[in-house]
Amino acid sequence: MSTQRGMNFVATAFQRTLLYLIVILIMLLYPLLEPPYLSGPRWLSVLMLPLLAYIILVLVQRYRRNALPPLEIGVGLFLLAFVPICLASLRGFAGEEAPRNYWTTVAACVLAAWLLNDLLSGAKYRSGWWGNIAKFAVPTIFSLTLLFLWEVLVRALAIPFVLLPPPTAIAQRLANSLPVLMADVNQTIFRSVLIGYALGCAAGFAAAIVADRFVFLRRGLLPIGNMVSALPIIGVAPIMVMWFGFDWQSKAAVVVIMTFFPMLVNTVAGLAASGHMERDLMRTYASGYWQTLVKLRLPAAMPFIFNALKINSTLALIGAIVAEFFGTPVVGMGFRISTEVGRMNVDMVWAEIAVAALAGSVFYGVIALVERAVTFWHPSIRGG
Amino acid sequence: MTDRLRDKIVPVTAILLGLVAAWYVFAYVMNAPFQRDLDRRAGETPGFSEFVVKTMTQPKPTLPAPHQVAVNFFENTFLRKVTSNRSLVYHAWVTLSSTLLGFAFGTVLGILIAVGIVHFAALDRSLMPWIIASQTVPILALAPMIIVVLAAIGITGLVPKALISTYLSFFPVAVGMVKGLRSPDIIHLDLMRTYNASKAETFWKLRLPASVPYLFASMKVAIAASLVGAIVGELPTGAVAGIGAKLLSGSYYSQTIDMFSALVAGSLVAVLLVTAVGIVGRIVERAMGGQSA
Repeated sequence: MSTQRGMNFVATAFQRTLLYLIVILIMLLYPLLEPPYLSGPRWLSVLMLPLLAYIILVLVQRYRRNALPPLEIGVGLFLLAFVPICLASLRGFAGEEAPRNYWTTVAACVLAAWLLNDLLSGAKYRSGWWGNIAKFAVPTIFSLTLLFLWEVLVRALAIPFVLLPPPTAIAQRLANSLPVLMADVNQTIFRSVLIGYALGCAAGFAAAIVADRFVFLRRGLLPIGNMVSALPIIGVAPIMVMWFGFDWQSKAAVVVIMTFFPMLVNTVAGLAASGHMERDLMRTYASGYWQTLVKLRLPAAMPFIFNALKINSTLALIGAIVAEFFGTPVVGMGFRISTEVGRMNVDMVWAEIAVAALAGSVFYGVIALVERAVTFWHPSIRGG
Repeated sequence: MTDRLRDKIVPVTAILLGLVAAWYVFAYVMNAPFQRDLDRRAGETPGFSEFVVKTMTQPKPTLPAPHQVAVNFFENTFLRKVTSNRSLVYHAWVTLSSTLLGFAFGTVLGILIAVGIVHFAALDRSLMPWIIASQTVPILALAPMIIVVLAAIGITGLVPKALISTYLSFFPVAVGMVKGLRSPDIIHLDLMRTYNASKAETFWKLRLPASVPYLFASMKVAIAASLVGAIVGELPTGAVAGIGAKLLSGSYYSQTIDMFSALVAGSLVAVLLVTAVGIVGRIVERAMGGQSA
């Protein structure tokens, strides 16, 4: 642990110096209040004032030989001041490459975000109220930095729209075509994915209970199930489309096949997870097979079962979308993606992918929440 | 040996035989309606055994019987020239090459990410949620766009497909390596401290060797995922070459037997790849002085 902290200190000191250097560079090289590249609204320059105030504060404190004001405040103010300016000046470039001095500001913004993250994940913010905030703030800042970089790089380097549309364009497209996206989600998620997922997981679970009852079946099924999990099952998609037609039934069938085996293998492993002592205890209570199953072995198997449910949540989404590449009615996420790619409407494709990612994350998150509630006794959850 | 026979080989064989038998029954049930229709049009009234044989020998059955798939697979694998467009070996090779390239990229990327995560606390907190979220993105949905867009700027062939494989295979490697690099006990880390070992020395002499078993376990998962990526990556290119392309062209022309033998070929490649990784893992472990299990 102590080595970790020492390491961080070195890295932080390095970044701190770098940040100060860049701030000083900007101050020296460019008139601070009106950057020459700024073509957004003039009032944005006001945002520079907090940064100036902070720098003055630092200088005054230094002069009076007092402790420095917290670095986090300064870095946060820096971001507040410079990020909007960077974004606002993007409009002025209008498809041409940005002037070179623009990049110093961008670099300073990214570095400040990095430094802020580094400070927030330091020892100071490990526990308590601040710790909770930092736990969410660090990934959020990282994500926002990525989005910021994406937007700035795409616009300022004038990257062709087809190659990579900026996030704002995707968001705009998403907001403008909500009805279409909703119809696609309804077709793909609420029909193909959810129905197939429920059927596949239930079937895998039932098969595991049967396999657990008969040793011979378990010994035969387990190696096969393990092998099947390595196979490219997604390949059955065209066959299912031929059998069950173009509508959601064929996609649900693909999802059933893809989710069956992970559930089977994990549940069988989970049913073997309860210890001999506990099973012997159940025997001394004179409990029968079903009582032992419901009261001891299934609860003990829950972490394994939820593991399978989580794996299956992503598999189900993939299966349904890819199956739509092989033929669908004119609605659905996979259909939309493949047709809009053909028409080079990449912003629509990205909007669809954003929706899919959101749906996938929500799906996963719901399962994780239920898992926390059901397996509250498990060390990985008790430990926080 | 007799234990192994009783505990593994006999049950597995029995279940497999059961599956094949079930397959035959299904083939009969699913092909029967179409065959009945054919017979009625032709005005024939075959006996039961003749009818069963007919359902198993259709040129484009709904569900081909196992022996039809086996014959087709054998013909397309061993009887054709390897360079021929109809040879499964050729298609498997095309898929295999992009699988391996993507797998190599993915493994390197995964290891680098894991090293970063283990050594920088800030990266751990900010990158880990993104890595997990990245897997909820159905990347296979992105596949057509990656291929088409890269083709638009002149990058075609192996690399776009390999990129999809990379995306699918880096995740298991990264997660497994993080676990592996953190697996040394506190006692061992403390011992390194008493030797006054530097961070780099601790990494090369303790953390990396400790992570090797984790690496190979996750590489098995990664190479299977990589193959799936390569197969799906072949779909939007318009069925040129590869197992995915074979599946797509089969679905265009309702060549069910071709589709099934392509599936068999894909599964065979998967099993071979996973086994190969397992064998390499065992060799490396033995060379490092581990006991064979």
